[in-house]
Order: sequence, then structure tokens, then C-alpha cells
Amino acid sequence: MAASGLLFIGFVLGHMYGNLKAFAGEETFNNYAEHLREFGEPILPHEGFLWIARVGLLAALVVHVTCAVILARRAGRARTVKYVVKKNTHSSFSSHWMRWGGATLLLFIVWHLLNFSFGKVNVSNGETGDPDKNPYRLMVDNFDVWWLTAIYLVAMVALALHLHHGTFSSAQTLGLTGTARARRNARAAGLVIAIVVAGGFSLVPIGVLAGIID
Amino acid sequence: MKLTLKIWRQASPEAQGAIHTYDLDDVSEEMSFLEMLDVLNEQLNDAGEEPITFDHDCREGICGSCDLMIDGQAHGPEVTTSCQLHMRSFKDGQTITVEPWRSDAFPVLKDLSVDRSAFDRIIQAGGYISANTGSAPEANSVPAPREKAMRAFNVATCIGCGACVAACPNGSASLFLGAKITHLGELPQGQPERWSRVTAMVAQHDAEGFGGCTNIGECTAACPKEIPLDVISQLNKDYRMALKQGH
Repeated sequence: MAASGLLFIGFVLGHMYGNLKAFAGEETFNNYAEHLREFGEPILPHEGFLWIARVGLLAALVVHVTCAVILARRAGRARTVKYVVKKNTHSSFSSHWMRWGGATLLLFIVWHLLNFSFGKVNVSNGETGDPDKNPYRLMVDNFDVWWLTAIYLVAMVALALHLHHGTFSSAQTLGLTGTARARRNARAAGLVIAIVVAGGFSLVPIGVLAGIID
Repeated sequence: MKLTLKIWRQASPEAQGAIHTYDLDDVSEEMSFLEMLDVLNEQLNDAGEEPITFDHDCREGICGSCDLMIDGQAHGPEVTTSCQLHMRSFKDGQTITVEPWRSDAFPVLKDLSVDRSAFDRIIQAGGYISANTGSAPEANSVPAPREKAMRAFNVATCIGCGACVAACPNGSASLFLGAKITHLGELPQGQPERWSRVTAMVAQHDAEGFGGCTNIGECTAACPKEIPLDVISQLNKDYRMALKQGH
């Protein structure tokens, strides 16, 4: 769970960095998308790097979800009679949203891939498959639709919560938080990564809304 | 002070339990929570009813017997054991719900009393050091660094009350496990069995049906001995090292 989670942290950081290129304009953004496909050439085939990343991420997702299901089922079996009154006094809000928030993210990932990778549906003109090979246009037209932006921003809230507890939790699971100081640092890292990643992703639709990106 | 008590009553392990409501007048603020239950039991006894069964022994906060979930918090609102919790922590006219620890690994025996033998079996799986019996060796013959000794002593205060399990939303006993692993793993005497200990104790923990840790941290807030969360990190680290070494 912790190891696959760390891989995802690395992925979302890289993905967010790429998205922010939207602020540099259409050409830079589209070039970046093209360069991702050429990455590692000629040693790797065209899109080779992308496919390695996809296979790796998919494997990590299977591991992550399997662990989550095992943990949830164990927790269910460990307390079959519930408390009449139970107060949680110490735990963070985010730590209680790992399961529902994780399920939300899984749904979003499926939607997001249909939206931008498999379907490439341009809602503004009904085109699919991005015939002009213009991912920038696809993105801007997408975020011009209020409900697509809303879905995206809700998912970013879920992502922020998931990263806030997940970062600390993975450090703890890997046994890296053996002192009070290391524990404080891991919690701070969780907060910073949550704000930077979810905030960075959200800047793009907000930029479209504000007319900075068009 | 006057109190309304909602207490879990269950005649036997197999019987269906339910919350019963009792009114208690004239409770002194100086009473401990258990003394308050004693007064209630005297009242029930006088009325010809079955007194409420609850676990207690030393009433000094050191044995770990008094396992009560008081108003949704293990050992109630203060950082202490139920026996050292006093009625001044509650308000006049308050309604207090009292339940047993809820964990399938700690089956309810009767009313508020649960069977915590699962912890004994975890200790039997490796929570000890093997040493020849005989006269006690000279204390200074095995030097222990002060920092490690202090950490070991601090976490050795775990009294095995089970509050960590009771408070954990996953029903995990990782704080208890971590306390024992850290306590024995920090001292020179604990080294020979260090790696086999952690795998055996974790295996027993899982076999008892406790849940898995998701690092939420409710356990450490409920712990009357304030065992810190870093013992779970230590447990994970030792477990990783043990696997690496083929245990």
C-alpha cells in the first residue's frame, strides 16, 4: 500500500508539472504532450516511455486497491458489533476519508481516462479522438463546461485529502517515522504535497475560468 | 450530582445484549468511575436485580483490568484508566453511555467484561526474552545506552488494557504490538530473538482477528500510558528488517 502510494505521489507531481504548461500557451503544452511520446527515443520506441509508465501505474493501482480491500474487510471482521457511542478525538479528517475518498478517486480516474485518453470527447463540438492532435484545445474546451470543471474540482478535494493522510501513512508504514520529529516532518510533508498537487492541478481549470488560459 | 447511565447488559457470551438505563442520585465528584459503578451495583443489589459485571483489579491505574468504553472514549474523557477517572470529569445531570471494548478478538463475557486472552497469546508468541533462571545477574554487566533504555522503559509502561484496540476504527492492536516490540527491541537482552519475535507476534495478532493499522492515531490518544505512535513505525521497521533476514 505504502510503496504503490509513493509511486502515485511521484506520478501526480509529474502530471501536475505537465498540466501547468497550459499557462505557457498552446504550443508549449502540445509540444510537451508530443515530447512525452518521444521520451527516451531512439533507445525506446515511440510512446515506449508512456507505455512503461502506464503498465507500472496500472500494476500499482491493482496492488493499492487490493490492499485497501483487504484492510477494509479485516476492519469489518475485527468489529462486527458496533459501538452505540464512539468518538474519534485525535485522528485527522482526511484519515477518515481514505476509503470513500479513494473510491471517489478511482471513479474519477476511470472518468478522466475516458475523458482525455480513450474517448477524447470534445464536448463543445462533439468530436472524439482529438482529430486535430490538439490536446490543449481539448482541455480548454473541456473546462469551459461548468459541470466538467465541477467534477474535476471535487476530485481534487478528494485527492488533497487522500494525499494528506496517505503521505504520512506511507512514511509510517515504511518505518521512517521512528521519532516525534520524523513524525511531525511526515505530517508536514503530507500537508505540503496535498496543497501543492491538488492546488497545482486546480490552477488549470481556474485559469480557464478566469480567462488566463483560452 | 445526578447521572443517567446507559449501560450495556449481556447475560452471557452468546446472549443478545442491550443498553439499559439507570438513574443514579447523589454521586460525589470525588468518586472514581468504578466507585460510582459500585454504588449503582449496591442499589441494584438492594432492589434484587443482578449487579453489573465489570473488570477491575488494582484500582491504582497499573493493572490494566478496567476496560470501559465511556461515552465513546476508551477509559473516558481523561488520559488515564477508568479506575483513575473521577466523577468531577462529568457534569451534573449528564447521560453517560458505558460499553465493553468492541473487538471480535475480545469477546464479551458478561455485561462490560471482555476476554482479553488474545493479548496473552500474542505475548506467548514472542513477547519475552529467553534467559536461564537463577540468581539475578549483576545489573551493570550488560550496558544499555541511556537513550535506548529510557525509550524501552517509557513504552514498557503499556499495561495491556486494550484501549488502543477499543479506540481503533480498524480494531487493530498495533500500538500494543509496537509497544512490546520497541520495549524488547531497544534493550540488549532483546536482541537474540528480535527478528523472530516480530514476525511471530504479528502472525499471532492477525490470527486473533485484529484489524490492520491505517495509521489513524486514535490508539495513542486513548492510551492511558501515552504510548506514542512512533512505536508502530518501529514495529513496521523491525518487521521489514525481519523479512529481509528471512524470518
